[in-house]
Amino acid sequence: MTTLDTGYVADNAGDIAYRMFLHAEMAGIPLILGLAIALPLGWLARRNRVTRLVLLTGSGLLYTIPSLALFVVMPLILGTPILAGWNVVAAMTLYTLALLVRTVVDGLDAVPDDVRQAAVAMGYPPLKRFVSVELPLAVPVIAAGLRVAAVSNVSIVSVAALLGIPQLGIYLTNGYNRTYWTEIWVGIVAILLLALVFDLVIQAVSRSLTRWQRVGAAT
Amino acid sequence: MILTDVWTWLTNGENWEGEGGIANRLLEHLTYTGLTMVFAVAIAIPLGTWIAHSGRGAWMITVANSARAIPSLGLLLVLVMWLQPKFQGETNLGFLLPSVVALVVLALPPLLAGAYSGVSEVNPAARDAATGMGMTGREVFFKVELPCALPLISSGIRSATLQVVATATIAAFTGLGGLGRYVIDGRQTSQPDMMIGGAILVALLALSLELILATIQRFVVSPGLGGRARRGPRTSDAADVDSSHPTPPAAATREQASV
Repeated sequence: MTTLDTGYVADNAGDIAYRMFLHAEMAGIPLILGLAIALPLGWLARRNRVTRLVLLTGSGLLYTIPSLALFVVMPLILGTPILAGWNVVAAMTLYTLALLVRTVVDGLDAVPDDVRQAAVAMGYPPLKRFVSVELPLAVPVIAAGLRVAAVSNVSIVSVAALLGIPQLGIYLTNGYNRTYWTEIWVGIVAILLLALVFDLVIQAVSRSLTRWQRVGAAT
Repeated sequence: MILTDVWTWLTNGENWEGEGGIANRLLEHLTYTGLTMVFAVAIAIPLGTWIAHSGRGAWMITVANSARAIPSLGLLLVLVMWLQPKFQGETNLGFLLPSVVALVVLALPPLLAGAYSGVSEVNPAARDAATGMGMTGREVFFKVELPCALPLISSGIRSATLQVVATATIAAFTGLGGLGRYVIDGRQTSQPDMMIGGAILVALLALSLELILATIQRFVVSPGLGGRARRGPRTSDAADVDSSHPTPPAAATREQASV
């Protein structure tokens, strides 16, 4: 554990950057896709008890499937080759979705009822009420869930290295196979850094979307 | 066409027999999971509830929570690579022990978070009432705090179990047995039927365990706490997601979790 080869990082900087980019794609695109699908599903889940039960139970069960299993079964469903990065993107989209449906529902649940009634009284039709009143107020809860999803996505994507799909996880499997500690540490640190960057970006976006929180505090 | 191959692999009686057979791999997988959970629960539940009850050592919860950002695969490989030489003996314990140690370490954060937030989120009024009735600190803990914390403790156990099942699959890469062997070996020897068959078995195992644990939870948790007696919309979820569950418990459990 003590023998860290600093030269390794310098020699492989380009490689590390490239794998980091691939990793960011496989963890990041699913965040956007997953959120885009989770929003309407979350709205649907709040329509009545049945849709709520079906969607929340379904997404809960989807999340229980181990990632390695999902990565292996995905090509079968999509008809893509096992090594295609799109399998990982599709599998991660499902995970993100599974996490975020619950989050969106929780976020919408947290919107105070008098706010909703006020919007109804002002004559907001349901869709407009959802988009311009309920959704903005749910942003803090949704952003918190998105941060969890981002960090866990970055971590789970590395498992795809066991199938040989290139991204940062390859440093972990290679380092293990060669008993080369430097490579393992490079992988772990790069993955943690990427997760940190994702987290900071989501926090920044969330802050810019919730100006109302600070305006409210100031007055 | 590959689906029929997978089906043939799964239903071929020969694949179920012997040391490398499905029956034995399934048993191995369950043994690792059970063994890990026994150790992890024995460590985390007393520790987490005590930290919350006494208000001391909260830093351990913070450490455990931030440790969750470390990728499981990385943590597993580091621990196995580090411990393997120390356990190298005449038996296959040299593989098993480091892997189980790694799995226990990965199971601790969700268990600690569940136990800690379960006890610390107990309604203070209930605690005060118990003290007012003349209960000692010990009695308050065992008769009030622990039963009230049970939904969160049990959802911690559920998410830890799923984490262990999934990571035991990954641990096959280090030479551990279990169902993950089929995925890893199938990939290395280009046998897609075996690889996909193994993946399906792992997914089914995880889903079955989740359903069994969810059923047990329904029976163990007091009906007043189980989420069946709901008390209107909740508002504290943002804080909940952020602090106590950096990785949320298996989503379905949060219905009970935050009541």
